[in-house]
Amino acid sequence: MNLPIFNPVEDPGPSFFATLERLGMSPFRRLESSLAESISLPHGTTILAFKYADGVVMAGDRRATEGNFIAHRRIEKVFAADRYSGVAIAGAAGPAVEMVRLFQTQLEHYEKVEGVVLSLEGKANQLAQMIRANLPMAMQGLAVVPLFAGWDQIRSSGRIFTYDLTGGKYEEVAFQTTGSGGRDAKGTIKAGLKGAPLERRQALELAVSALVEASEEDSATGGPDLNRGIFPVVATITGEGFAFASEEELEEITRNVIEARKGIGGGQ
Amino acid sequence: MSMPFYVAPEQVMKDRADYARKGIARGRSLIGCIYSGGILLCAENPSKSLHKISEIYDRIAFAGVGKYNEFDQLRVAGVRHADTKGYAYSRDDVDARSLANVYASYLGQVFTHEMKPLEVEILVAELGRNHQGHSQLFHILYDGTVMDESHFTVLGGDSEAISRRFGDAYSEEMSLSAALKAAVSALAGPERSISAGDVEAAVLEDSNGRRTFRRLGPSELTELLAG
Repeated sequence: MNLPIFNPVEDPGPSFFATLERLGMSPFRRLESSLAESISLPHGTTILAFKYADGVVMAGDRRATEGNFIAHRRIEKVFAADRYSGVAIAGAAGPAVEMVRLFQTQLEHYEKVEGVVLSLEGKANQLAQMIRANLPMAMQGLAVVPLFAGWDQIRSSGRIFTYDLTGGKYEEVAFQTTGSGGRDAKGTIKAGLKGAPLERRQALELAVSALVEASEEDSATGGPDLNRGIFPVVATITGEGFAFASEEELEEITRNVIEARKGIGGGQ
Repeated sequence: MSMPFYVAPEQVMKDRADYARKGIARGRSLIGCIYSGGILLCAENPSKSLHKISEIYDRIAFAGVGKYNEFDQLRVAGVRHADTKGYAYSRDDVDARSLANVYASYLGQVFTHEMKPLEVEILVAELGRNHQGHSQLFHILYDGTVMDESHFTVLGGDSEAISRRFGDAYSEEMSLSAALKAAVSALAGPERSISAGDVEAAVLEDSNGRRTFRRLGPSELTELLAG
């Protein structure tokens, strides 16, 4: 590898994505045929984000499916994008994980080259551009639909952004879910978000309950597996930064949530 | 047809080297050293925003002296090199030695083929993975010469005198505060003193998590220099 020095007119600036394009390494390429629709690839399912007293909570189940098969039981769909933001993914797992890796590198690259951190809005727009660049692949069946949330250091508040396939970016007031079990999770979150903002513990419980509800109604969403020790991934983003909830804490919360659901729905 | 005057290659190289050295000697110097907790980079720099010391990657830092626009261009190219390599392979595969080599070949290329050599000296520092043992300092000169130091190195004009002063005080087991004080007094010399406001310093330390680079802010610098 040579030293990537560019003349001032062609310099890609602080964009890692533009640097990759100059070096002929861009990961976004149109597929030659619409093969993607006929081959079966792992898909990630339910993810959610909502606001609580200290910031934002983000969570995802652990299942990836290939058609009606379970492809993975332990994949992770919630990632730290940088110190103050996180991204959760649903859709074709391969391109989604790759997009997260590119996004993480992009944010850190900008910070190192420019010497300052991008604003939360700036990060959200960067992700929108990547989703737009992925549109040709999305049209061929490899769609990636992430949720982005972070702590806005200028406004001192947590914010949530959702996207469509064309890179359209929408800011949410309180919560959003996506993926196949998203609708079921949404009902639980809506019911849980009334009155005063939730405290951290309540927020983690609500996130886990929403995913348990989704796993009961949607076959592509994986429920907690106490025997194998598989629990949803839950993270919080506050003024202190991005942090995953520990496995021990999640195990305890999951056990409580399952216990509290005994008899729900009249036993059906 | 006019004939260009013949100039001996030795003379050309000597002129270029003199030119580069003069340019570098106009700026202030910089010290990089390994101390008990990691690597310290310390420079005399009155500017708060035009940094001489910066982060390249998780365990790698960059420092430059001489002409700001020239070493800053090298810094950005280094960040690009490291991030591209980490993205294409893995974070574990990014190392200072390979970065030092591409810097050296670029500087050597410019020195022999371009009209004007780069008036810079740069340092690529890498924090060793198993505590101290493998920490390395690559000191690269304007003509592409690479020197691999395992204790400390001084960049810039007057480096011999500063090196002598710092060497007298230096030991590998120094604390951060002791290393910083020794570096600042070596940079200042016997006749001057440098205030905390004119010092730019950063460390590579394992306690900082994945990204080991951390700048020492004004209050921390004052505290360390006083303590």
